Amino acid sequence: MVCESWKAKLDTYLDGELAEEEMRAFDAHVRSCLSCAADALARVQMKRTIQVAGKQFTPSAEFRRRMQQRIATKPRRNPRLGWMLAVAAAAILVVGALTSTYVGTTRSRRDQVYSELADLHVATLASSSPVDVVSSDRHTVKPWFQGKIPFTFDLPELKNSEFSLRGGRLAYLGQTPGAHLVYGIRKHEISVFIFQERSQPSGLGEEPSMTKALSFNLETWSQGGLRYFAIGDASTADIDNLAGLFKTTSL
Amino acid sequence: MSGAGPQSDSFEELAMPLFDQLYNFAHWLTRNREEAEDLVQETYAKALKGFSSFQLGTNFRAWMYRILRNTFLTSRTGLKATMNLPLDTEDSRPALAVDRDTPETILIERSDRQLVQSAIDELPVNFREVLLLCEVEEMSYQEIAETLSIPIGTVMSRLSRARQMLRDYLGLREKGMNHGL
Repeated sequence: MVCESWKAKLDTYLDGELAEEEMRAFDAHVRSCLSCAADALARVQMKRTIQVAGKQFTPSAEFRRRMQQRIATKPRRNPRLGWMLAVAAAAILVVGALTSTYVGTTRSRRDQVYSELADLHVATLASSSPVDVVSSDRHTVKPWFQGKIPFTFDLPELKNSEFSLRGGRLAYLGQTPGAHLVYGIRKHEISVFIFQERSQPSGLGEEPSMTKALSFNLETWSQGGLRYFAIGDASTADIDNLAGLFKTTSL
Repeated sequence: MSGAGPQSDSFEELAMPLFDQLYNFAHWLTRNREEAEDLVQETYAKALKGFSSFQLGTNFRAWMYRILRNTFLTSRTGLKATMNLPLDTEDSRPALAVDRDTPETILIERSDRQLVQSAIDELPVNFREVLLLCEVEEMSYQEIAETLSIPIGTVMSRLSRARQMLRDYLGLREKGMNHGL
């Protein structure tokens, strides 16, 4: 029952339009409430589908050329003033771009990547056969990816850790293939995703490496031209430990 | 030339980056390539003419969208589309109705972009536009309110109804509204 007041504001929360304090309270709530987290996940998925579906129409090259010609026909009456104004306009564009567009788009792109990873993680765990190569042996799992992805990577030795390898599968993010490895620690499962760095949007590494994505803990780092993401409901310490194992292995 | 203010040099720089998205929005409104082109063309002509009255530093994007949308509303297609629109009555459905989406429905959504496209297309124009401005253009509620010249409260209630209609269309409600309202 208590949740209903939260759920009533769920869309506004996901649009990022609640007051700052409420946003924070909502963050905390979603982290602890499975039902609201699940609803949030579904809604985010829906938002993304609408966003992709909504970008449906593109103008023809011919029409663009025509428009450009129409607009560009204005002669400059005062070249110096025009120049100054162009500089001013450019400055405004730069400031605007740096503040709103940059923050907005990198953040939204980054959030999009994170929520996509959260989806992949959840969808995989919900599946009856979560992994395609089922093995706790890294020497079985790694070769399985040969020829399936355009890069190779090293998997950490787990002997002296609490982690166990459950297996791996192919994953796609932004139309590029990568490796998805599933690890277990106690009762938690952690997904580690590995993609080529250059196929991922920039700005991923600019936040503190440990973040929250829809109540999951997520850590991302870059090493050797590869972009790693570790995500799961395990504690930040566990995820950080697993990330640490990867980082030392790939050195 | 007399209509062009001293700022006309920067109009192109400000306006051309919006070209693709304005066209996309115009096509969603008119549902037709030719009419979308006409609408965008008229929008740019009006904007260029009125650019001297536009104050640099205020929201240029919202200004362009507002011109496009007002131009659409007075066009033949626009007039037709706005006849018999559902009124902005208080939402009869509680906003707290949250669908119990399961991973399966999530996967359905993911794969079915076309279905969502036709669902958006089915929406009455005043709901379609608010949804597109929010989800595709990623405008803030404030920007949408400015663009559509409506209060923020109306933005929120239209958005909420648009989303509900979309979910209804996609049939997700059937997946279980078993939890109490």
